[in-house]
This record gives sequence, C-alpha cells and structure tokens, in this order.
Amino acid sequence: MVDIRINDRPMKVSSDTTILEAARQAGITIPTLCHMEQRPPLGACRVCVVEVKHAPRLMAACATPVAEGMEIFTNTKRVRDGRRSVLELLLSEHNGDCRICVRSDDCELRKIAANLDITKVRYEGELPPARYDDSTPALRRDTEKCIKCRRCITMCTDVQGVGALAPQKRGYGTEIGPAFSLDLGDVACVQCGQCAAACPVGAIIETSHVEDVWHALEDPEKHVVVQTAPAIRAALGECFGYPPGTRVTGKMVAALRGMGFDAVFDTNFAADLTILEEGHELLERLKHALVPKETVGAAAGASQEGAAGGSAQGHGAGGGFNPRGGGGPGGNGSPTGGGDGHGGGSSERDGHGGHNGDGGHGPGPLPLITSCSPGWIKHAELFFPDLLPNLSTCKSPQQMFGALAKTYYAQNAEVDPANMVVVSAMPCTAKKFEAARPEMRSSGYQDVDYVITTRELGRMITSSGLSFDELEDDTTDSPLGQSSGAADIFANTGGVMEAALRTVWEVVTGSELPGENLHFQPAQGLTGVKEAEATIAGTKPEFSFLEGVTVRIAVAHGLGNASKLLSEVRRDPSRYHFIEIMACPGGCIGGGGQPRPTTDEVREARIRGIYAEDEGKPLRKSHENPDVAKLYSDYLERPLGPRSHELLHTHYERREV
Amino acid sequence: MACAQRDVPDEATIVSEVDAIVDAHAGQDGAVIPVLQSIQERLGYVPREAIKRVGERMSISYSELAGVVSFYSYFTTVPRGRHTVRVCLGTACYVRGGKEVLQKFEESLGIEVGNTTEDRLFSLEVGRCFGACGLAPVVLVDDEVHQRVSPPKVRGLLDAYRDAADAESSAEAAGTGGGSESAGGRAGGADEPKEGSA
Repeated sequence: MVDIRINDRPMKVSSDTTILEAARQAGITIPTLCHMEQRPPLGACRVCVVEVKHAPRLMAACATPVAEGMEIFTNTKRVRDGRRSVLELLLSEHNGDCRICVRSDDCELRKIAANLDITKVRYEGELPPARYDDSTPALRRDTEKCIKCRRCITMCTDVQGVGALAPQKRGYGTEIGPAFSLDLGDVACVQCGQCAAACPVGAIIETSHVEDVWHALEDPEKHVVVQTAPAIRAALGECFGYPPGTRVTGKMVAALRGMGFDAVFDTNFAADLTILEEGHELLERLKHALVPKETVGAAAGASQEGAAGGSAQGHGAGGGFNPRGGGGPGGNGSPTGGGDGHGGGSSERDGHGGHNGDGGHGPGPLPLITSCSPGWIKHAELFFPDLLPNLSTCKSPQQMFGALAKTYYAQNAEVDPANMVVVSAMPCTAKKFEAARPEMRSSGYQDVDYVITTRELGRMITSSGLSFDELEDDTTDSPLGQSSGAADIFANTGGVMEAALRTVWEVVTGSELPGENLHFQPAQGLTGVKEAEATIAGTKPEFSFLEGVTVRIAVAHGLGNASKLLSEVRRDPSRYHFIEIMACPGGCIGGGGQPRPTTDEVREARIRGIYAEDEGKPLRKSHENPDVAKLYSDYLERPLGPRSHELLHTHYERREV
Repeated sequence: MACAQRDVPDEATIVSEVDAIVDAHAGQDGAVIPVLQSIQERLGYVPREAIKRVGERMSISYSELAGVVSFYSYFTTVPRGRHTVRVCLGTACYVRGGKEVLQKFEESLGIEVGNTTEDRLFSLEVGRCFGACGLAPVVLVDDEVHQRVSPPKVRGLLDAYRDAADAESSAEAAGTGGGSESAGGRAGGADEPKEGSA
C-alpha cells in the first residue's frame, strides 16, 4: 500500500494501482477513449492526462502507476487545457457528421468534447482516407470516423483472439483495419461485433435492418412475425434509461405489438426446443461412445422414446450428483471410449461410420459442443475445422424458430410462407450473418428475413413514438411464444449447459437436477473457462449405460477463452463430454449488439436479471414446455426424428475467410 | 537483362521457404520479426502468400502480421528490383532539396515510392538519414552512397546502372548463344516512361 493524494484528498491504495484506477476508487472519473477494464493500459488516446506534482509533463493516468507520496490533480486548468488539445486533435481527424451519425446519442468522443466545453477545433489538417466497408453481412466500417483508439483491436485480437483488425502502417498513415487495407469480408472475421460494441464513435457499427423491417410492417401483403432473444429482455431497458439487468419482457412485447407485428413470439420457445434436440444428441453420442457397437442400434431407439413427451419430474432418490468446480481429468470411468471417431483430427463428418438408421445421421464424436452462437460457429469453421464433427448439428434457436415459423406456424395460421416475414431481435451482430447463410432456408425461403440488434430495436421503439415507460406488460402469442426458465438462461454464459442438464438429468434418472433451485453453480459466473464433473447415479433402466459414469463438462465464453479450451480438447479429446461455448464475453448478455457500454459490472447485472427471470417462471425445464410437447406430437414426432433433421439441424464447413 | 531479375517465386516455393524459416525459429519467443526478415532475405520481398503462411504456422492473424510488415519501412511486399534506390529525406537532405531529387527519381523511373520498375531493375524507397548529412542530399543505391545529388544528376546516375546491367546481360546472352533481341526489347521498354516524362 502507498499513500497518495488525489485533488488534495489523502488515500491509501495498493502499489500496483494506476492513477486511473486510484481515481475511480476515490469516486473520480477520468475520461478515456482507449482504456478497457482489465486490459493492460494502451496509452493510445492521451485523453486521461492528469497533473502529477513535480512531474514535468502531464501524465496518462491509465498508464502511470501510483507511487508513495504522489500528489495527483485531475481537474486543474493545465489538465483541462491538455485534454482539450488532445480532444481537438482527435476531432480534427474525425471526419464524422454528428447530425447524421447513428452514434450521436452515445458517442463518447462527442460527450467528452462537450464536457470539456469544446466549441471549436483549432486544428485543421489532412483527413484520413475515407473508405466505407460494407463487405460483410453484419458490420459496417467507416474509416473516416476512426480515431485510432484501438479498442476494437483489444476486443478482436486480445479478447477474442480473432485478429481481423490490427493497426496497419505507422505514424500519420496508421489505419485500424484488416491487412493491407482489405475489407473485413476479405479476412477471417467472425462477425461477433465486439468491435462495434467497444468503438467509442461510429467507425464500426452493425448493418442496419431497421428500414427493411419498417417496410415489411407497412406492407399489407406481408404477415410479419417477430422473435426476441432471451438476452435482450434484461438489456433493452438500458436504451430507455433503466439500470442494466432491469427485466422489461412485458414492455418489450407490448412495444413490438404497438409497432405493428402480426404476431409476437419468443426465441425462448426455440431455446426449449434446442434443449430437447441437443439433449438427445448428447445422449446419443454418449451411448455411441459407451455402449458396445452391436447394441447401439437398439439402444438409440430407446433413448429417443424416453424423451418425446417430456415426462414430468419424478421423485426418485437422485443421489450421487456431486457438482464440483474445477474438476480435473482422470476421474472414474473414461467413458469416451477412445478412438471412436474423435481425436483423429478428421474433418469428415461421418468419419466414424456408425449409423443408427435415423435419417442417415450417425451420432458424432464427444465432446459434444454447443452450436447456439453464430460467432462461435464461424470461429470454429475458420480456426478449428478439425473439431466441426464435435459441434452439435442443432441450429441455433433463432434458426430453429425461423424454420418452424415458415412451416409449422404458417400451416396453422394459414399464411403463405412466401408472404411471411420473420424478424429477430437479437443481442448479436453475427445473427445477421447466420440468417443469411445459404443453408438456412429449410422452409424453402430464407427462414429468418431480418435481424435487428437490441440497439436497433431500442431506436425503432423510440421512433415509433411509443412511450416505453408507460407501456403495460403484455405476453407473447401462441404457439411459438411460451417458454420455460431454462430458455431464459441461454442468455448467460453457462446457461445452455445448465438448461441442458436440467432436462438430461431428469430424462436419464427420472429425478430433478440436484442443486439449489435447479441451478448448476459451477457453470455460472464470469470465469473465462469453467469446468465441472458429475457422477450419474440412479439411472432409469434404458440409461443404465450411464450408471456411475462421471460426466465432465466445460464452459467457455469469449472466443479467446474458447480457443484455450479447444486447444486442450485437441490435446486430450477424451477430457470432456459436453462443452458450451459462447462467442461473447459473458454470453449473449454481453453480445455485440447490446446497448453500450458493456462492462463486467453491466454483464453481472444482466446475468442477475436473467436468473431472476428464470426463477420467476412457473416452468423451469425445457421438457415441461407444453407447446414444445405439442409441436412434437402434432408435427415433429420426436427429437432427432426425420422432420427435426430437415428443419432443426444443419451442417458446417471449413472456411478460409 | 532478363537474367538480372530474381524470379518471382511460385506459391509452392513460398510455402516451402517459409516453412523452413519458421522451423528454424521453432520455440523462440519474439521470432516474428526475425522470421519476416529471413523471408525478405531469401525471397527479396515478403509476399502476401508468405505472410498468410507465417500466420498459419505461428498462429498469428494475417492482419496482425500485415501490421508488422507495414509498420517497418524495411519490409516490402512487392518484389524488389535488382537495385534498391533509397533517397534520404532526413532533415538535412530534406532542406537541401531531397524532395526534388525524389521527385526526379519517380519521374525517371516512372514509379512511385515503394514500387519496382516493370523491368525489375530498380526499386525506389525513402530513407530517414544515413548518417551522411554533410553530403546532403544523399542517395543510397544498394550499398553505394551518392553524395550531393541534384535533380539533373539523376538520369546519369540511373543510366550507369542500366548500362552495367545491359553489359552483363549481353555477356550472358553471348555465353548462352542467343537472346540479344529480347534484351534490346526490354531496354527499350524500360526507357519509355523516362522519355515520356522528360
């Protein structure tokens, strides 16, 4: 600990603190445009300069550690003049027209300039080369607005490990972007949009679908339905001044109805459906690995039967469940059965033969890896093509919804799918990319037509003239609107894992997932890679192959963490059985399309909001969703059945860019 | 003169060269720049295909590597000419007319800074002080220092290198028993931009 003074106030701080952090502890906010929490200081923008007694120059608060006896002044004339000069220099290179900029409301550059009372820019100079990059489905870059703060690089390269964006050239000629001034579409970009979420100005934004949606809503020929992702209900409120994590589900539904959608549905419904499909996929793969080959065909049938109706919870003695965080490898039982299809680095989907006569899809290898996050999917296609057979073949909930809306719902509602428009409101930019993937046309049409981010939805509600505050809570429509709490938690890192365990555990043992209030604590929270193991006991007869088996799971969020975990999987393919990966830090609640800013504090607040939403639901498990059960009995027949394969499952491909 | 230039390597050559260089640096921290330097030494430039291959082998993104290559003026991503002309634009050379000298080189060679003439005889670069400020403006051709260069001297300076290259290639043509016609044709081609702009 060292003694310092900030603005004449004495305080004690740890000696590894920077001036910026010490000031924050003292309740003083020092403006910065480049610094990101928990990342090493960059010192790129110089906006955070402060005066340090006896120092000859102003010091960058983000990059200067405190020292014993240091006296710091954060708001003197010298500091304000220094910051003003820095801001004016940045503004002189920032060729943005605030009148027509999508960021005019939450532009950090403009806000800091206004706080410093800057009314004119004294410097005039050459402007950076202007290039507008609309080469990708999800993101737009406008190099004229870039202030070279490098936050996008921190996210893209340091946090996500993707490296699509990097500083190019040097000095005045520096450009922030892909190699050799190429477009984003020419390099390996996963479309996660963390760059757009971090950008303080309007240099990288999501591709807007706002006008397309208005156009569809105004067209009397079109039947326009909307689905809302789990993660936006605890974040959309931020667009209207509510604190992060405030649940606004009912107001959101009311707003969508007020905007003129013909039906307001919920991606949550499809999330419950995903659990049934993916849960059974997991059981199939476990069986394939654990049960001697000659009996697989017979056993697979049994597993599917246990599922379809979604039995209510039993009350058996479900003992033996023992969730433990940080469980290492080498527990009892080594159930992956070694060299059966995985670990060989084979990218052939069916490299392991074994078909069970179900539409020609043999169960893939373990570990099974979740496939809800389209940024993660593209990351896998680019950087882990050898693990593509491990990915669940389940489409994401967004795409399951789209495929069902234009088939099952269209039939029920007697709407020609050609005249139906499916809109998604998502916390995600990569969902725009996913919706446009050529294989996402199971209905014969593009299954999901338009994807708007939480931010775009906020703008649309505002421009519709509705007073969000005053909206009465409304509820979603049938038959694609009802959901369990297990679907809500898809929004959080660890949530898909927890939701899957709630159902799989009960299907296998007949009793509820043990754990306080149905939660699976080891999968929760913001630790980058989480591991746990659980030993299954008290199995039903048809799942006796799982009796005593220790199932090992892992959860990673943020692609940098995911890559670390997957390198481990490459090294030791039998280490895990089931892995959840979300592209964005914190999961979908921290998605690239969420309201800005997203800090860990904000992530935690949204995560709490989502768990509260889950706990408030009468139904907490996906297999209890009566509309999902009805969908199976009326239309799909059973999880992993032929129609499921046609509508709800997909395939992946190795990519270069 | 046809033989004066280094051949542009094909992709297979690039991959095998890069692999050998990366293997030689295996396990070393901070090997990126030495690897890129070795590639430039072997191939005369750092082709984009080589950057991609380095990225694959060393798990560094294409954009990050391109950032390194474009940061250092030492690296070039276009094939180099036989001779590299570096015009100093350090302070002393600049105030003594280095910029005009550079303009004259651009005119005479018909290329801009960072590029290579079509006949691959010359590449043009800018230097930032060679430590010979007393001789300003200074031009470095390969390792040879040319002092107090003024715009009118540029043509003669380049011609000396052209003549040497011509002599070398006719000697070689005589040795191999043919090819003088193509050498003449190439020389004429190289002169064109010079005549046009003079």
